[in-house]
Amino acid sequence: MSGHSTYEPKSGFTRWLDKRLPIVRLTHDSFVAYPTPRNLNYWWTFGAILSLCLVVQIVTGIVLAMHYVPHVDHAFDSVQRIKRDVPFGWLIQPIHAVGASMFFLAVYIHMFRGLYYGSYKAPREVLWILGCLIYALMVATGFLGYTLPWGQMSFWGATVITSILGAIPFVGEPIQTWIAGGAAIDQPTLNRFFSLHYLLPFVIAGVVVLHIWALHEVGQNNPAGIEVKSKADTVPFTPHATMKDLFATSIFLILFAVFVFYMPDALGHADNYIRANPVQTPPEIVPEWYLLPFYAILRAFDFNIGPIDSRTAGVIAMFASIGVLFVLPWLDTSSVRSMRYRPAARQFFLIFVVVSCVLGWCGGQSPGRVLTQAGDYSGTVRWAEGGQLIEQPIAAASEAEYPAASRAAVSAMRERTEMLLANNSPEGGVLRAVIGGTPRSLEVRADTREELDEKMSEAKRGAFSQGAPFILVDKNIPFEFTVTRLSQLMTAYYFFFFLVLLPLLGLIEKPNRVPDTIAKPVTGQAQGAS
Amino acid sequence: MAEAKPADAHGADGETRRDFIFIAAGSVAAVGATATAWPFIDQMNPAADTRALAVTEVDLSAIEVGQQVKAIWQGKPVFVRHRTAAEIAAAQRDDYASLKDPEKDADRIKQADGEPGKAEWLILQANCTHLGCVPLPSFDPAYKGQFGGWFCPCHGSDFDTSGRIRGGPAPINLRVAPFVYLNDTTIRIG
Amino acid sequence: MLRAFSIAAFAAIAAVGVAFAANEGEHPENHPFSFDSPVGGYDMGAVQRGFQVYNQVCANCHALEHLAYRHLGEEGGPFAAYMVRNHETGAEEMTTTKPEHGGRFVDVTDNPYVRAIAEAATITDIDAATGQPTDRPGRISDYFRRPFPNDIAARASNGGASPPDLSVIVSARHGGADYVRSLLMGFTGETRGAQHVNRYFPGGLISMAPPLVDDAVSYEDGSPTTVAQYATDVATFLQWAADPHMEQRKRTGVIVLAFLLVLSALLYLAYKQVWRGESH
Repeated sequence: MSGHSTYEPKSGFTRWLDKRLPIVRLTHDSFVAYPTPRNLNYWWTFGAILSLCLVVQIVTGIVLAMHYVPHVDHAFDSVQRIKRDVPFGWLIQPIHAVGASMFFLAVYIHMFRGLYYGSYKAPREVLWILGCLIYALMVATGFLGYTLPWGQMSFWGATVITSILGAIPFVGEPIQTWIAGGAAIDQPTLNRFFSLHYLLPFVIAGVVVLHIWALHEVGQNNPAGIEVKSKADTVPFTPHATMKDLFATSIFLILFAVFVFYMPDALGHADNYIRANPVQTPPEIVPEWYLLPFYAILRAFDFNIGPIDSRTAGVIAMFASIGVLFVLPWLDTSSVRSMRYRPAARQFFLIFVVVSCVLGWCGGQSPGRVLTQAGDYSGTVRWAEGGQLIEQPIAAASEAEYPAASRAAVSAMRERTEMLLANNSPEGGVLRAVIGGTPRSLEVRADTREELDEKMSEAKRGAFSQGAPFILVDKNIPFEFTVTRLSQLMTAYYFFFFLVLLPLLGLIEKPNRVPDTIAKPVTGQAQGAS
Repeated sequence: MAEAKPADAHGADGETRRDFIFIAAGSVAAVGATATAWPFIDQMNPAADTRALAVTEVDLSAIEVGQQVKAIWQGKPVFVRHRTAAEIAAAQRDDYASLKDPEKDADRIKQADGEPGKAEWLILQANCTHLGCVPLPSFDPAYKGQFGGWFCPCHGSDFDTSGRIRGGPAPINLRVAPFVYLNDTTIRIG
Repeated sequence: MLRAFSIAAFAAIAAVGVAFAANEGEHPENHPFSFDSPVGGYDMGAVQRGFQVYNQVCANCHALEHLAYRHLGEEGGPFAAYMVRNHETGAEEMTTTKPEHGGRFVDVTDNPYVRAIAEAATITDIDAATGQPTDRPGRISDYFRRPFPNDIAARASNGGASPPDLSVIVSARHGGADYVRSLLMGFTGETRGAQHVNRYFPGGLISMAPPLVDDAVSYEDGSPTTVAQYATDVATFLQWAADPHMEQRKRTGVIVLAFLLVLSALLYLAYKQVWRGESH
């Protein structure tokens, strides 16, 4: 709320300074007297927590840059040197690494909060878009930073992500080469990634200033989602919001510290402790946890869509999943901001949160992993023991007559054999049969496809060792629900939520009654109680 | 605030309690901030691998009489000078009392563990005590000194054959590097 | 509180971790290492013995390129020396067992144990006079002697499979020290061509021959000289090698968490105080 400034310089110096550089006035108006809705809950403390995260990352990052060497031969060693030999390097390096995860954890909570309480709606569209921009810059910074330790995940992550850019039609490959500075990820890439990783946080800080500026222009949204109408609706930012923010930040730091001191590697990947090796890909490449949902969306597209091949489709979907956030203010048609008063939308939002988490889970799984199947994996191996093997060609005058001839030959032979194999082909067929043997069969059941294959080949070996000239195999693979299928469902809901549900719900749902002012439900209730 | 709530019977007590909480929280936070600052300051101090390179060994047998070598210790040069008899005699003259930084030659050849040194070997940190240039030895053609030891080309500090300052701006003598004899022909600096 | 926190967080991480472990070897046997718990330190006796096993067995093929000899004697290292006053004689004695209280840490440059370990190694250096490669006894500032001059040589001497560096092997493998220990004990004795069957190794076939046999290394402290004991000790040593500051980190963590809990409590009271009388 930009309004009349309440700042009154007290001393001679502050009066003198205020006429020349009203910085104290600006600070006072923005962070002290700034009227804050009195009903803000703890979800609103993540703005302060995020500011702290940014500062922590910049400070620890500057320190690490004093010791890190951006060279393919020394990067990995220099990180080890930081952790072993640099005074307090064992502390500062994990703070930076864990700090990235904490930053993303906080930003996701902050974003979900904005989604739930409709903080993107007019007049806060620009505020929201600036936030999305910060998030996109964070993703870029996180990716660049993950390359720097030059472990296996660093190298192959960079390779995969730059290849994603290579999927852009026509200009993709030149762009990929331009970014890497060569045909592959190598010294030029590492050097520029280091430079950009150092630069981007300051760009983020700049956009954060714009974000806060925009916030102070339109005022904070609040859990009720209604505008501040009078002074009764607000409290001064300091000490009320400040103290709440400080308390929440302190709690957040406890979580942060537990990771830094007791599980510094828990959020990373073991393969990044292996020096980058450009000729050997690790068995599985996964990004950091905070990018897993997008990774799942990228991999969900294992099919071509018309002229768009599967790779391009995945890349488009992945970028679209972030891009859709930028246009969200114009997708949601509801005039009610807070989902507190939108019962239907709230249900779908909660599903959306779960879907996002499931997507994250999918991103960390092997895509072919079978989650559940419609029945058992089973198979039957049939053969005949003993008897005499005969072979007989299937005779047909023309290709058109062949199926009928084949059927006739098979049924004629079946009368007198224990075991029959018709080897059909368009050119003609051969019937192989065993006459006079003892029919045998073996059924196997298994929990997985691999296990079934293993058991089947074992059964076949057993049959051949008993002198069976040939065997018949009947394999029953039930419908498999894989991680990829789950990712596809989740991806569909992700876009369905933004592109269909939000526009439609605003038009058809009946919201609950929204209170007239912020103060009414809170203070009214409090008066009744006291 | 207290006057806004006349119903509060414990107004004064409440105020004391409130102040106590604010002061306590503020102090604890300040202690935390100060403690947090230390790692970020200390990280710029020499790392363990840098500190570990603090020891250099020099083989004396290869240095001719009247010559010196510059050994590298902690990234800085150290003069290891094999003095001639004349230089030793000049250094041992009892004329140091009037100097800027009076010191006996015998004290300047002592080993780091306090054991006496050998008169022919002088082990000095090679950076001029004025502003850190490396002085030129007397046998260097560019040497312009008066006292047969070292002369600093930067600002004209003039050192004798014991490395004591006898002319020019340097405030104290060239520093003796800490060394010990490992055997007759090897010293360890640091 | 602390425990509950880490256990809760651990459970969340473990759920993710299990997924990555798919397609790998048999799940390593869970050994109760002293460093497993959030407050547990290193069993320095095991680290010392593990170093001995590394030095006599593993070092023939595996480098430890991020470790210098001095690391062994720095604070928190297995051969860190302390001057302790003997209560009977009153004389100061040097020991590599960290005293419960008191005792003065001996700077690693004056540590005779580490110096002896370093000097026993032969380091290839450039001769200062001739500029030619030459061998000399190690110094404490030297990094551990590498068994092979480069990766190509390592590969060539080991039938095409380069023995991995062990400095951070515990961090670089799922299962950590448990994996290393299980792997060393997991040989069945069978071979397939030049490869050895090991049920804990991804794929089940490893190029490394069983490196440990009973009584291969003699221990001075009377610990059993069995493969199981060697494997446990080496795994402990390698855990220390990968994370030498763990004890310091955990100790600092206790202080930091205690501090944050106090701060949070005070800030909560301050927050409640500020909002007293303000409905929200």
